[in-house]
Amino acid sequence: MSLQIRYQLQRGAFALDVDVTLPAKGISALFGPSGCGKTTCLRCIAGLEKPQQGLLTLGEQCWQDSTRAHFIPVHQRAVGYVFQDAALFPHLNVEANLLYAYRRLGKRPANIKPDAIIDLLRLSTLLPRSVDNLSGGEQQRVAIGRALLANPDLLLMDEPLSALDAASKAEIMPCLEQLHDELSIPILYVSHSADEVARLADNIVLLENGQVQAQGKTSDIFTRLDLAPAQRSEASAIIEAQVESHDEEFALTRLAFSGRHITLPALALDKDQSVRIIIHARDVSLALEHQLNSSILNILPVEVEAISAINAAQMLVRLDAGGQKLLSRITRKSANVLGIKPRQRLYAQVKSVSLL
Amino acid sequence: MLSESDIAALWLTFRLAITTTLILLLFGTPLAWWLAHSRRRFKVIIEAVVSLPLVLPPTVLGFYLLILLGVQGPVGSLFISLGGEAPVFRFSGLVIGSVLYSLPFVVQPLRDSFAMQNPRLLEVAATLRAHPLDRFFSVALPLARHGFLTASVLGFAHTVGEFGVVLMIGGNIPGETQVLSIAIYDHVESLEYAQAHWLAGGLLLLSFTLLLMVYAFNQRTRPGQSRA
Repeated sequence: MSLQIRYQLQRGAFALDVDVTLPAKGISALFGPSGCGKTTCLRCIAGLEKPQQGLLTLGEQCWQDSTRAHFIPVHQRAVGYVFQDAALFPHLNVEANLLYAYRRLGKRPANIKPDAIIDLLRLSTLLPRSVDNLSGGEQQRVAIGRALLANPDLLLMDEPLSALDAASKAEIMPCLEQLHDELSIPILYVSHSADEVARLADNIVLLENGQVQAQGKTSDIFTRLDLAPAQRSEASAIIEAQVESHDEEFALTRLAFSGRHITLPALALDKDQSVRIIIHARDVSLALEHQLNSSILNILPVEVEAISAINAAQMLVRLDAGGQKLLSRITRKSANVLGIKPRQRLYAQVKSVSLL
Repeated sequence: MLSESDIAALWLTFRLAITTTLILLLFGTPLAWWLAHSRRRFKVIIEAVVSLPLVLPPTVLGFYLLILLGVQGPVGSLFISLGGEAPVFRFSGLVIGSVLYSLPFVVQPLRDSFAMQNPRLLEVAATLRAHPLDRFFSVALPLARHGFLTASVLGFAHTVGEFGVVLMIGGNIPGETQVLSIAIYDHVESLEYAQAHWLAGGLLLLSFTLLLMVYAFNQRTRPGQSRA
């Protein structure tokens, strides 16, 4: 099943021109700077805006086809929408807010039940409360639950964390990860924060000035030298790995991905569990040989894919590690000394790895 | 104390005010909604028309209504050709006059409370599967409850207090068109000050109590102020 989005919309000087097909599972991010058209695109998908030219299909359902003047109004689309501000109904308490859409489902199938959502988002103590004395994080949790209880076929989230302080973000993020793991609803997530996207998204659509710049798996997009994410000072690679074993003696955990291993301080995770790790380009140095007399534990055999200059002094190198990509930031001088060129085999020394 | 005709005037005034308020809430609500949300250019004309009774001397409105609703007037003769009677000097004429005269007092508070609402909330309701009418009744209406209270009380109180329009199109028929304000005028004309005091004082007290209740309620529960 897939989500096909094709929009053309002109509004003053701004033009949105999008044509993408996304897998209808997992979390896909619409990612880009403010004003790039992410929110407009999301509003079009919900049916809150009506682009002049548009085609929108989700699996078998067609929600808009301007060639035959077909447009399903918002309330008949099986979408859930989480706005940046929680926008809870002030005249209803938490429970009535949560059940607003659920009570309107009628004969439509209700696979997502209130009890499950109240559990998942830990809302049971909030139910009788009035919405205006909830914290920002609590409000957003209620808003997410309310949207999920509409039993949507597609969940749209418009910067759901950007209005929250760090503590509230830390409270919501695990909920979102749990949604990703436990529910089969595809999520389209709008954000300008690379951290959020790195942590949550499986796929990325990179938008700029209303145009799609690139689309693909998060790990690919983040390591493409020609795109904005790799050009940040925080440039990093995202790697999916499995927990392989624990070393009790030294309190370390060994992760495996495509025949390679990464060791990091012990994690309280079960064997074979999937984890996402982030490796910053500044933490990866390169060597021609596998150095044994080093304090660095994580040394991975890699192949150079591409090189590009960041400035007069520094270069960014994209590396292939058995299918997964890494970035390394080195000085131009070192690149010259090592004679780095595409297809060259090297060893990447990873100084620090963090879990997402 | 109160004579039989005073009690009749009181009852008539009450019936008139209730009827007028209900009609205004029924038709004023969609009008106020339209005024709050429409972007049509001719909206300003409608706004000006709705506000006219605020500035027009009641006798002017009453005079034109008398002509329109009279036996030979276009509306009056329409009533007659449909088998009815011309509404002038009848309760129905009073209702028509009061509805027009109190229109801005009901429509303006409603329009303001609709316009003040966060439009995001209606969008949320739409994404939560509420159809347009459902959104109106489940979100817009409850959020406008202060506006409705203000509109009802102002519409009621203003109808109770009207004089000029009623005098022009209703005349002064006890039991049929003699309302409280006209009964007071009659008592004063005939130097029955004691009788006038009872009615005038009662009206003053009622109006003050109603307004006090509205302001107290709106102050206590105004949305957004309960939050620190």
